Amino acid sequence: MKSGSNLERVLEEGHFAVTAELGPPKGSSAEFVRRKAGLLKPCCDAANITDNQTAVVRMSSVAACALVKQEGLDPVMQMTCRDRNRIAIQSDLLGAVALGIRNLLCLSGDHQKFGNHPGSKNVHDLDSIQLIGAVRKMRDEAQFMSGDKISGGMPLFIGAAANPYADPFEFRVLRLAKKVKAGADFIQTQAVFDVERFAKWMEMVRDKGLDQKVRILAGLIPIKSVGMARYMRDYVSGLMVPDELVDRMENAKDAKEEGVQIALEIIEQIRDIPGVHGIHIMAVAWEEVVPLITERAGFLPRPIV
Amino acid sequence: MLVSEQKPLEEILRSLEGEGRVFLLGCRGCAEACQTGGEKEVLAMKETLEGAGKEIAGWAALDFLCQKGLVKTGLYPFEDQIVSADSILTMCCGIGVQVTSSVVGKVTHPACNTISLGGSRGEWWGSERCLECGDCLLDLTGGICPLTACTKSLINGPCGGARDGRCEFEPEVRECGWQLIYERLKKLDRLHKLREISLPKDFARMQPPKDLRGTAFWSLGQRQEERTGDETLGTL
Ligand code: SF4
Ligand code: SF4
Repeated sequence: MKSGSNLERVLEEGHFAVTAELGPPKGSSAEFVRRKAGLLKPCCDAANITDNQTAVVRMSSVAACALVKQEGLDPVMQMTCRDRNRIAIQSDLLGAVALGIRNLLCLSGDHQKFGNHPGSKNVHDLDSIQLIGAVRKMRDEAQFMSGDKISGGMPLFIGAAANPYADPFEFRVLRLAKKVKAGADFIQTQAVFDVERFAKWMEMVRDKGLDQKVRILAGLIPIKSVGMARYMRDYVSGLMVPDELVDRMENAKDAKEEGVQIALEIIEQIRDIPGVHGIHIMAVAWEEVVPLITERAGFLPRPIV
Repeated sequence: MLVSEQKPLEEILRSLEGEGRVFLLGCRGCAEACQTGGEKEVLAMKETLEGAGKEIAGWAALDFLCQKGLVKTGLYPFEDQIVSADSILTMCCGIGVQVTSSVVGKVTHPACNTISLGGSRGEWWGSERCLECGDCLLDLTGGICPLTACTKSLINGPCGGARDGRCEFEPEVRECGWQLIYERLKKLDRLHKLREISLPKDFARMQPPKDLRGTAFWSLGQRQEERTGDETLGTL
């Protein structure tokens, strides 16, 4: 066991894992975080706490993770390279471990232009692959990047993102291989809408034997409305939403129900793809749907490990 | 080539507040090319400032305000005018303003903003850019610099945001640097280069080396003491 986190144990025991995203508030309310954690706890194995996602300032991931942990839910701390240099990154990691956080997702981070402080300076002292390497070194060699000794263990389950839809497509598997080589233990992918392309990507992943080395959780975004479907199709970088799904949302009598239906269909198709070890639900500002989807997909109750 | 653009007039006037007599200084180098500080723009500025109630003590447009030696000799004929002025408005890049300020014992205001070139060097516009990182990675990236071609300066491959070969940041005008690198390496049959992991960069190497600072090589022939900014022109 590398970290002993709930997520790691669920995956180690061969269960199909379920994680869900929890966005911290644009404010200081601990109650907000606790409420969402309480909602998600029965229906997932771990919750990803985003790190100022889309470059909008929110409660820090490490603090929100600590609150989630107190509620008895296993947090996955997301960390971007956009806002911190290697000093801040390593220091935050020490603090995270001290607070009982055991999972980390290493990200480059959305460009600050997309957020509410477009004039801020980005950092990118490390890129996500170098971050993965740094965390592995801290954990496995008990050393800082500089080589100085760390006192105390750094039990962290190291995660990384992968996007089967971004360009250049052929580079995507290569980049995944690099992340695995750098030390990633698990992968959470960008949201899957076009299952065919995802399946093709997974085939390339298997050809390289990567599914044997890393646990892959497929991303899922439940669509709440036709407006959201269109927005994601047209404006969200890195996402690919087929027109057919937008049409379905448009023609649906009950849009939310249609969104749930689409999510369930996608789950049905991807859970059988060899090498997929779980699912990561990103119900942005629609956390209430997670219990519903996991229930109807037959994922409940979650295993006790 | 340094690229500059004129500051808004209100900002210039604000910086000149309380100063009735102003000497205008333009540059016949890059600023002339950018149409921000050549003779034409200096004369236009003269008219504008006079319209705003300022007295113009005199004006000059010299060759290369970035060259301290040239500025010193070039300003001698204007000594009296400069002495009589409350301040100088320098219409060029930030280097020229610093040079003026170090050469002339007068308050010097910038009339322009110097715009980021994002690592481009040389006289002519081109897409090749270098940030002088001190540890060149071009061997791994097919001769395209990831620090400048990628908006996030990622060095191990693309982020998840590229679409149709365009960067997530301003897709209308920007190609994804990593798409370009990928295509170049593919063409050169060097895709295996992408498997190598580049370790974290030593950004300390982006500082000029100690032994280069202050040398003749570094300052292209200017003496060390001239660079302290204490030595001023003649009686000024
Ligand atoms: S890798 Fe460094 S030295 Fe090479 S071109 Fe880019 S910035 Fe310049
Ligand atoms: S889209 Fe391409 S160029 Fe833009 S930040 Fe991502 S990798 Fe860099």
